Formats: sequence, C-alpha cells, structure tokens
Amino acid sequence: MTIAEKILAAHAGCDSVRAGDLVQVDVDMALGNDITAPIAIKIFNKAGAKSVFDRKKVALVADHFTPNKDIKSAEQVRMLREFAEEHAILHYYEGGEVGVEHCLLPEKGIVLPGDVVIGADSHTCTYGALGAFATGVGSTDLAATMITGKTWFKVPETIKFVYKGELRPWVSGKDLILYAIGDIGVDGALYMAMEFTGPVIDNLPMAERFTMSNMAIEAGGKAGLINPDGITEEYVKTRAARPYTFFKSDEDAEYARVVEYDCAEIEPQIAFPHLPENTVGLSEVGTVELNQVVIGSCTNGRIEDLEVAAGILKGRKVAKGLRLIVLPATPAIWSEALDRGYLKTFMDAGAVIGPPTCGPCLGGHMGILAKGERALATTNRNFVGRMGHPESEVYLASPAIAAASAVLGRIGSPDEL
Amino acid sequence: MKFKGKVWKFGANIDTDLIIPARYLNTSDPEELAKHCMEDADPGFASKVQKGDIIVAEKNFGCGSSREHAPIAIKAAGVACVIAPSFARIFYRNAFNMGLPIFECEEAPEKISQGDEIEVDGDTGVIRNLTTGQEMKARPIPPFMQELIADGGLIPHILKGLKEQETEA
Repeated sequence: MTIAEKILAAHAGCDSVRAGDLVQVDVDMALGNDITAPIAIKIFNKAGAKSVFDRKKVALVADHFTPNKDIKSAEQVRMLREFAEEHAILHYYEGGEVGVEHCLLPEKGIVLPGDVVIGADSHTCTYGALGAFATGVGSTDLAATMITGKTWFKVPETIKFVYKGELRPWVSGKDLILYAIGDIGVDGALYMAMEFTGPVIDNLPMAERFTMSNMAIEAGGKAGLINPDGITEEYVKTRAARPYTFFKSDEDAEYARVVEYDCAEIEPQIAFPHLPENTVGLSEVGTVELNQVVIGSCTNGRIEDLEVAAGILKGRKVAKGLRLIVLPATPAIWSEALDRGYLKTFMDAGAVIGPPTCGPCLGGHMGILAKGERALATTNRNFVGRMGHPESEVYLASPAIAAASAVLGRIGSPDEL
Repeated sequence: MKFKGKVWKFGANIDTDLIIPARYLNTSDPEELAKHCMEDADPGFASKVQKGDIIVAEKNFGCGSSREHAPIAIKAAGVACVIAPSFARIFYRNAFNMGLPIFECEEAPEKISQGDEIEVDGDTGVIRNLTTGQEMKARPIPPFMQELIADGGLIPHILKGLKEQETEA
C-alpha cells in the first residue's frame, strides 16, 4: 500500500484499502479559519448539534483577515471566539497567539505524522509533509466532522514524484514543487494524492517539505505526502504531546504513475500570471519590473524562509519605489526573526514588517495591489485578482528570488546582486 | 430533477477567486455573495444572470480554495446547475454537500455555446441543446453522492445516520 492508503486504512479500521474504495475514517484534527468556520458554525447550530465530538480535536485559527480588517471580519472572528468558548475548544487562536494556520499547527505539534486531518482551507494538504493524510474540505464537511468526528473519502490513487540529482544554486522546495505543477498542470493530480520521494527529498529540510506539500492542491491534488524519516522525527519529537505513527509506502505499492525529475535540470522557477502552472525557469524570464514583493504565507513564511531572505537583504536596499512586505507566519517565527536580527535587516533594507496573517496572499489586506500593479510573492496562487485589482498581476517564486527581486526592482537572481 | 435554462459559458480552470473574490469573504450571506458571483471573470454576470440559467465551463471548474462561498454564490445567483468536463475536487464535494447540482460532461464545452437554451435530465444525465438539437450525456453520479442528494445534502445524511445509530443502541 501507499502511505495514503495505509493512513486511511488505519483510520477506517481496515487491514487494507485500495485506491477507489470509499471509506469512512476517524479524524484526528478538524480545522477551520475566520473565513470558513463561520459557515461551518452556522451549519453546526442549524443541525441542532449540542457539542463537538472532541474539544481537543478541533482547531479554530483566526488568521485570514486578522488583525480584523473591517467590521464584518471582526464579526466573523467573534463568531469563532464565542463558539470556541461555548465548546471549550482547546486549539483556538487569535490576537497575539495566532499564526498562519498551516505554519502554526505543525509548529505547536497539533498535527502529527500518521494523522488524518481535514481543514476548511485548501492548503490543509501542507501536513502531508509530516506523513499525515491531510486535505482541504468545505465548511459543510467541517461541520459534519465537528459533529461526528468522522469523514468519508474515496481512497485516492497516487502519483509518485522522484527527485534525483544535485540541487542547483538557489533552488529550494518551492522551485521543486512549482516545477512539478508546471509539468503536470493545475489539474494534473486531480482527485489524486501526490507523493514526493527520492534522494533530494530525503535530504530536504522540514520547512521546504512543508512548502512542497502545501502546493499539492495547486496541481489539483487531494494530498501531498512525504514518507516520514529522521528529519520528520527531529521536527516532531519536541513538539508532540500525544503519540504519533510513521506510515511509509511499501516497496511494491501501486502508483497511478511515477514521474522522475533530474534536479540538475531545474533552475529557480517563476510562475507567471494567472495560474501556478505557468512556470518559467529564471533564465527565461526576461525583464519583469515589480511594484511589490511579498515574503510570507503558509507556503514560505517560516524562519528558514526569512533566514534566506535576510541573508540576501543584509546590507542592501529595496529598489526605489518597490514595496517589500514581510509577514513572519507565526508569533514564534516573528520572535525568532527578532532575536536573530532578521527584522532589523528587513527594516534597514526598507521593508514593511507585518503581523502573522494571510493578509495579501488572498487579497485580504496589508498589501493589496492597484490596477496594473505587479507583485512577486512567495505565496501559492496567482489567479486573476488574487492579491487585489483584477487587472493586477502576481508572480510566484521562492524567498531567495523574492529577496533578490526586491533589491533589483525586477524579477532576478541573488547572483545578479 | 430536470433543468432548463440559458447558458453562460466560461473557460478552463475557473478558480474560486473568479467565482467569488476573497475581498468579499468577510460575509457568508448568500445574497451578498451572489451580487459578486463571477465578478472578475465577467463583471456584469451577477446583474445579467436569470434564475434557472446554467453555467457551462471547460475543465477543472472551481479550482483553488476550499471556500464554500463559491457554490453558495453560484446557487444564490440563481444558477440551476453547472456543467463541465471536470471539477476541482473540493468544489465537487462542496457542491454536493450544499446542494448545487453539477454534471461532468466531456463534450459540453464544444457542443454548447453562450446563450444556448439547454435541458438537463438530472436522473439520466442526458443533456439536450435545444438551440442546436444536439444531445450528450453526463457521467453518472457516483452512488454515494446520489445517497447524499436523496437525503438532501451531507448534514441531513449524517443526522439520519446518527439517528439510526441511536435507534440501534
């Protein structure tokens, strides 16, 4: 069996399952945010439910339009807060405790290897990096799980990606996943799980693994899994407050297909507007001038991402007229960036440093684009109007390219500095 | 379940930001969301669409975010059903869960044009283009999804299950 099949079988109480089987599974963690949970709460109440299935297995994270950007957003967060109080939800986060959900939950050990996690947020697939089966659902599914503790899945087929060879300079997990999305397309893994393997992944740090799993949904994937190993163990052992299980794909697991990449051929990737599949190698980008650069989000707002950016920005200035916005993804990351002097580096370079929030990634606030403006972001989507005006543009890239581009005023490499 | 209406045609990979831009997600009020349905794809859509109209799109409709606001906005705008060769999986699941009928049909984008009048038989999956006289068939709805529809959506379905459990106990 694949890792996806093993996790689902274990949670369905079966010895084995196969791709295509319909299973009902126990959920270890159900997540909602300030945009999706209000609908789930309304549905929960309308259904006449009296209590959540387990107050320790529901997480409510007010991270999207927070700090509340307007009255309506504040009302949505109030709904979360009141529901959390009424049901004594253990994992409720807002204010100074909130971080971008998909950085916060792993950081706090709330999601762990072997878990089944559903989240009313499409980037819930991030936790696949820990070897959890995690997938995005809508608010109705979240409400149903909050009531019953269960959900149903069609066991997905899996596409196996094997990354071999040596990584080229400035190539990171972001480039590896953008390259795959560019290869298979935004629906290339529709209804399927993606499994990232090979010697390059074996040596990839946890932060970059999260980045890769995070963007599985941008290829239509149901999950983006990485078999847990020593790097996973190192990350979770100090964070976990409950037992966890490492499931790994069998040698003879069945895959829908296997895709191999030689990393020697992968240069830093840029996704052009308006789909993540519009990827171009950095050497073929040409001159793309920028009005804004955003470093942050559930994709690339971790301390390792800020470390790369700070290393490039140290002693340099952001190009005149360009706005660089840095959003450390959680309070712990913010604090660590402060201690390590990264925030001073960003300030000296001329950046704006914001709070942990999804903010501009989904065009919420704190960095909205005007008509005709162009941004490069370390985020995950570049759809029409994603960061603001429908006639603005978003380019996606890694933190290294983002930092260098902020200095250059156009899309470019740290090697050009 | 039969639908007859005028067609609004859209391209491939219509993402959830096109269906309902995130700038309007500070509410979950269906009427409010409906006002901005498809705004960044066709700014006049919400004011032009009539109750019972049908959306026909190319592949991977509803890709992107998990926001249930997307099917809610489409339904509240008066759209009777959506037809496309494929749907993004979260959108697919959400549509069934909250009661927006959707049909997977490979030939629909080539055989149906903007403004055509079409008829959809939800039970047989037969789609008739009344403007051109062409006929095509949607993929059958999986049995589990049919159960959901029969029960009136996911929540009534699980409540029914819980009630049965109680009775057995």
